[in-house]
Amino acid sequence: MSYLTRRLLTFPLVMLGVSILVFVAIRLVPGDAITAMLGTEAGLLTPAQRDALASYFGIDQPILAQYWHWLLGVFQGDLGISVTYGKPVLGVILERFPLTLQLALMSMCVALAVGLPAGVFAATRNEKLSDLGVRIFAMIGQSTPNFVVGLLIIYALSAGFGILPTMGEFTPFFTNPLRNLGQMILPAVTLGFAFAASVTRISRSAMLDVLSDDYVRTARSKGVPKRSVIWRHALPNALIPVVTLSGVEFGYLLGGAVLVEQIYALPGLGRLVLDAILQRDYALVQGCVLFIAFNFMVINLLVDLLYATLDPRIRLGEGG
Amino acid sequence: MAMLRAIFSHASGRIGGTIVVIYIVVALLGMFDVTPHNPLQQFRIDRLHAPNAVYWMGTDLFGRDVASRLMKGVGQSFLVGFCSVTLATLAGTVLGLTAAWFGKAWDALVMRVMDVLLAFPAILLALLIIAIVGPGTWTSIAAIAIVYTPIFTRVVRGPALSIKSREFVDAARTFGSSRHYILTRHLLLNLVAPLTVQVTLALAWSLLTEAGLSFLGLGTQPPASSLGLMLADSRNLMETAPWLLIFPALAIMISILGFNLLGDALRDILDPKTRSRPA
Amino acid sequence: MTPLLSVSALRVGFGRDPMKNEIVKGVSFNLDAGETLAIVGESGSGKSVTALSINRLVDFGGGRIIDGSISLRRRDGSVFDLAQANEPSLEKIRGSEIGMIFQEPMTSLNPVLTIGTQIEESFRLHHGLTGRQATAAARDALDRVRIPDAARRLKYCPNQLSGGMLQRVMIATALACNPRLLIADEPTTALDVTVQAQIMALLGELKRETGMAMIFITHDIGLVAGIADKVMVMQAGKAVEQGSLNDVLDRPQHPYTQHLLSAVPHFESGRAVRSDFHREETSSPALTVDGLTVRFKVTGGLLSRSPGSVHAVENVGFDLMPGETLAIVGESGSGKSTTARAILGLVRPTRGSFSTHMGSVADATDPSVQMVFQNPYASLNPRLRIDSILAEPVIAAGGRVNAETRDKMKALLKRVGLPEDSLERYPHQFSGGQRQRLCIARALMLNPSVVVLDEAVSALDVSVQAKVLELLVDLQREYGLAYLFVSHDMAVVERIAHRIAVLYAGEIVEIGDAASVLSNPKHSYTKRLISAVPSIDHRNQHFEIDTRQVPSLVRPPGFEPPPAEWRSFGPDHSARAEA
Repeated sequence: MSYLTRRLLTFPLVMLGVSILVFVAIRLVPGDAITAMLGTEAGLLTPAQRDALASYFGIDQPILAQYWHWLLGVFQGDLGISVTYGKPVLGVILERFPLTLQLALMSMCVALAVGLPAGVFAATRNEKLSDLGVRIFAMIGQSTPNFVVGLLIIYALSAGFGILPTMGEFTPFFTNPLRNLGQMILPAVTLGFAFAASVTRISRSAMLDVLSDDYVRTARSKGVPKRSVIWRHALPNALIPVVTLSGVEFGYLLGGAVLVEQIYALPGLGRLVLDAILQRDYALVQGCVLFIAFNFMVINLLVDLLYATLDPRIRLGEGG
Repeated sequence: MAMLRAIFSHASGRIGGTIVVIYIVVALLGMFDVTPHNPLQQFRIDRLHAPNAVYWMGTDLFGRDVASRLMKGVGQSFLVGFCSVTLATLAGTVLGLTAAWFGKAWDALVMRVMDVLLAFPAILLALLIIAIVGPGTWTSIAAIAIVYTPIFTRVVRGPALSIKSREFVDAARTFGSSRHYILTRHLLLNLVAPLTVQVTLALAWSLLTEAGLSFLGLGTQPPASSLGLMLADSRNLMETAPWLLIFPALAIMISILGFNLLGDALRDILDPKTRSRPA
Repeated sequence: MTPLLSVSALRVGFGRDPMKNEIVKGVSFNLDAGETLAIVGESGSGKSVTALSINRLVDFGGGRIIDGSISLRRRDGSVFDLAQANEPSLEKIRGSEIGMIFQEPMTSLNPVLTIGTQIEESFRLHHGLTGRQATAAARDALDRVRIPDAARRLKYCPNQLSGGMLQRVMIATALACNPRLLIADEPTTALDVTVQAQIMALLGELKRETGMAMIFITHDIGLVAGIADKVMVMQAGKAVEQGSLNDVLDRPQHPYTQHLLSAVPHFESGRAVRSDFHREETSSPALTVDGLTVRFKVTGGLLSRSPGSVHAVENVGFDLMPGETLAIVGESGSGKSTTARAILGLVRPTRGSFSTHMGSVADATDPSVQMVFQNPYASLNPRLRIDSILAEPVIAAGGRVNAETRDKMKALLKRVGLPEDSLERYPHQFSGGQRQRLCIARALMLNPSVVVLDEAVSALDVSVQAKVLELLVDLQREYGLAYLFVSHDMAVVERIAHRIAVLYAGEIVEIGDAASVLSNPKHSYTKRLISAVPSIDHRNQHFEIDTRQVPSLVRPPGFEPPPAEWRSFGPDHSARAEA
């Protein structure tokens, strides 16, 4: 069986696991399901109202039946009703998602634009001073939590230039692109910093590995100029781990950057989850977590497809 | 001994090793309350005092000594990091080793469950667990342990699979060596190196995650102190009292940097790929 | 006229301080246009470093030329010193004037680019060809190395071709711009012996066609005879002897050359077989294998059914007497290793039975059968001390490690030629040959009657091979061991085997006493195999180019091969009848 077939097969399997985990997790919350769903307001209900709600939500049915109903709902895009917003969960999520998607894309652009050239540059100057500089930058980048970077940037701007990042109401990109970018650039740089550091490290080490491979020696023996050896022969082979890393990081960013959104007061998916947890809005928690995991899995699948176009060994199967 | 010498003759090992040693000393001092002041005592007349000879890192809004609170915070992060990584290592090693050895259905089951756990961003999975159980030190430990178990499982399973196909394991099978003997003497013994590297790096991540959780108010609960909480408290005061931000931020950065550097050095030293090999 | 290439007093070092870590210590030689120089040496002799210094690829591996000159007479007649040249001018020389091919064709081509792109690149770089012209040139280059269906193969990626095919592609790439010098660094070491013969034949033909000079690097002095005009023997960074082919092979002056020619196994077509054993049909065999069949199911696609099974080993049977060596020879994919592994219980046989004189061994772990593996670096656990390694079979057999066991370990270590203090050391403190001795000692801990040696000397340097073979013969006589010796190397087999079974595509095609099989092969495959073995007697021999491929071993479900018909050619020599 080819690698891709196997990946396509495990996708629904893992998604099923994710749905079970999310479903069960919410039912593990201490107290009964009504309290779990309505939070503190549940205390105001009369027993009759409770029973009515229980049968309305199907909670009086066996757990497997409940799961089945929930799953059927999920397939139809019904993730339940958010208590805090009084709206369908999916709608609430989709309102917040564009911001998160934009932030993730911008961060990845920052990371690749900085990290890839830096990594390749460092690899070709292995053990020299400029390599050391790049490695120190990458090390520090990897060791600084995003929210610390964010706090330090805000502090540096306010102490050094007396400017505070525009917090205020968030402006969607299509309403006012300039104002939007003004709001998004600092969060994107903040998230991109550690991301760029990881890309630098992985592209440097992948490039170093590849540069000592036999086919690179072959290319040199043909008289291929240095620049072409690096960009044409080595880089395509070194890209695979970079693509993996970028895919995973991007997938995680699509889950919302809880801490950075919190610092810059951005209404993204991360803040939504955090608020839902703090307000015990369990339908919303459940919906968000499922949505985020689904995104992550889809991104990973796309990354695997990208692999296949990059590497004929995967496309054609080993020795095929 | 030879290991220590190797670490200290490696540039980043020397720096990382020193930081980690200092970090552990500070953490232990903090855990056993050997601090310049009582971290909870409020020196009301000295509120928001800048760093000086008495308050090395200044005081906070309530007049508490920042240096003492920082030491307590470092102790707290060490406790959470150490316990969670130990748990994740144990669970990951058992799962990864058995998955590699038994293969087939057990391997598929374990790895799919790990895939499920990996489908959540680390902080989100930790938040979900905390949402269920409620915040606190032990919840943080459990949450971080669960978040990093899949990583350890993968780190053990990969090399275990490759060692399993090495000829010395084949040789052991031809002698009829017991499963227990092969698993412990041949597989586990050869996994010590990659595990050591991973434990060091995981300590760095766990510090990161712990700081994030307490920054959000879902980790260590006040009045106990933690680096994340200190940073959260500094947010509205950073212009008037930047020391509230700078010192905890540096503490987090430097301790994570130390573990990362040490992990890198260990990888260089222990990785057979970089060691000289007879041709 | 000045020579094409003149290397004088070349010294090359590695690392931060190249003077301290000198690998090539003053090598000089001349090479005329159209001439072939063979550089012979064992690993660590500096032969590859010398070759890589000529086109300065050594720079990329951390090497530096400390001293000496490398003068190349260029196409326009000017003389160019490669030792002093800078990188941009070297890029113009590489590929256009000096081509190179390497040991591992499987890893020497870029896995993400098509064959066509990689060949075209040379034409683009040095001849300025583009588009359709470059493609046409690449197709001609593939035709030239006798790759059938060249136009289609241009679109293939490297992982779609076999090792032999890839080496041809490498040759096509290296020769694209008609370089006047080709450096071939062990180009056939990674290939099967029949494929090696084809590549050697191809190189010989291309050399005649183009009139290029060649530097051929090899560890196998037997291979030199077929292609070289001149030979240079290297040892520990120095050229200890050089001269014309016949002078070096027939009248070696230096002791090391004499050692290489006499002590190292060379194939002598059955004249060097052992004569210290005679079968007596009355005694009972140490091991009997009957109808051994191993098939692996091929997994199908998602919806398609399994296309069948790989018939890796098909109905293999033989018996092995105490004190006798049966060699199982064959090329990669012939099923020889699978046979060995099945006997030891590492692979589950589909059918067939084994018995030792202890009784039937259905699922192995019979202490009377032990195994020595191919790779001495992988077959000892690097984290265990030698005493633990030697104790493992004893513990596994339920024994206890006591003073008696330790005495036995010491005695065995001494017997295999290792110092007694080895017990307290770790595997990495031993050389490859010593490790293989350790493996042999470990296999003998339980007093086996049969030892299966799976390519047990193949990973060792040639002169170490000879010593380990000697040890094996001594041990066999002393303990009356029966050896099942699995190998692809006919020269080695000739030195140790009493009987030989030839395996081809999972089946025995010929079996009999060693002298008879080697000197008078009957099956067409055995004939082909034996004629492909290089030998110092085959001077400048012409090989016929033969592009036959090993048949696929995948059979449809339920397929049973027809029963074999055997013909007898003597008291102990039979071969399968061929259609």
